[in-house]
Amino acid sequence: MKHRAEGAPMNTVPEARAASPGVLELRGVSKTYGSGAAEVHALREVDLSVQAGAMVAVMGPSGSGKSTLLTIAGSLEEPTSGEVLIGGTALAGMSRNAKARLRRRSVGYVFQDFNLLPGLTAAENVALPLELDGVSARAARKAGLRALEELGLSERASRFPDELSGGERQRVAIARAVVGDRRLLLADEPSGALDSVNAEEVMRLLHDACKRGVAAVIVTHDAQLASWAERVVFLRDGHIVDQTAPQRGPETLLAQGPGQ
Amino acid sequence: MSVRHALLALLSEGPKYGLQLREEFEARTGEVWPLNVGQVYTTLQRLERDGLVESDGSEDDGPQKGFRITAEGEEELAGWLRTPPDLASPPRDELVMKVLVAMQVPGINVHDVIQVHRRYLVELMQQWTRIKEDEADFDLSLGLVVDAELFRLDAVIRWLDAADGRIKRSSAAPPARQASAPPLPRLRRRVGVRR
Repeated sequence: MKHRAEGAPMNTVPEARAASPGVLELRGVSKTYGSGAAEVHALREVDLSVQAGAMVAVMGPSGSGKSTLLTIAGSLEEPTSGEVLIGGTALAGMSRNAKARLRRRSVGYVFQDFNLLPGLTAAENVALPLELDGVSARAARKAGLRALEELGLSERASRFPDELSGGERQRVAIARAVVGDRRLLLADEPSGALDSVNAEEVMRLLHDACKRGVAAVIVTHDAQLASWAERVVFLRDGHIVDQTAPQRGPETLLAQGPGQ
Repeated sequence: MSVRHALLALLSEGPKYGLQLREEFEARTGEVWPLNVGQVYTTLQRLERDGLVESDGSEDDGPQKGFRITAEGEEELAGWLRTPPDLASPPRDELVMKVLVAMQVPGINVHDVIQVHRRYLVELMQQWTRIKEDEADFDLSLGLVVDAELFRLDAVIRWLDAADGRIKRSSAAPPARQASAPPLPRLRRRVGVRR
């Protein structure tokens, strides 16, 4: 049971996935906080590979290591042992600046509470990561508007966050996470504060981003969100204890009418 | 699912033929519940026997026989729509039983048993969610059916999560508390009855 993720025939990794390195690779990642009696093993020997275009959901109870996994995947924290690779590049040994640059260019974050800057318009919020990365204001603004347009928010571009609904704010946050040429999207309870219709919309947008080639890791305790992912891994006490089998289509659920 | 009342609902829009009823039933339930012709006619015969529908009287029981709802049928339908389904019975479903039993069987890790079921349920939810992805095929009836399934499965997973946490906490608690807890023997008896 414990090793099902590696061992059981139903859940073996498809060949395509094994062949090319993922946009995100965690190899034997462990994270320990404190020492001696106060030692806490937040993650133990976690292996995870996320390919371009794939959405992986990480489920587990609070304290299982979900958030630690996300901060380590986003290079915001270093593992105690093991390797993290983003876009094939190992993070170990990279300078602080190089890591920050990689984060700005390749990784987008979506948080439960949106984290938009209140003094900037929607378009400015979205363009900000590009500007921080040295892209000219004009080019950044253009890319920002394009990202907003893709999410159906063109007419909201010059509104401030407090003039937007919760669902719109989260869409702006998603636009900011995918703006430019980001390959990895990390989301922590991305629709935690939204009603179920808006939550579904958020998952649909994240799913669409994956169809365009982004790799995404969604951390959630919500099975309805997780079920948008093509693969769900289960964390318990810092271990990946299980994962869903490669998916069957919905055909088996539906009565086969001749018209379908 | 009450086929009886679904057929009454379709007839409340006007008289219809048997075959037409079957097609409309499937279309309106997002084609998730298949219905065979036999089921339709048996149900219609019973409805007629109970005075809830009338047929156009032709001797032939074939697909061309027409049906219409009676005043009594309309009353029955209105009453049924407002009657809450039986959600009040105690939780005696199979999954609850399996988790309760798993706690008693030596050598079985109840958390592993819970995880097996959790994974299976998430896999089912993934399959249902795939239907939502394709918006082009996604009509309102199907959407409502898919949502109902997702919320139902989600509730079961949440129960598993809660059970997982509760069992974990209780096994960390001092054993004296467990010995004095009364509900377990009673539940065990109920499991026994079902066997």
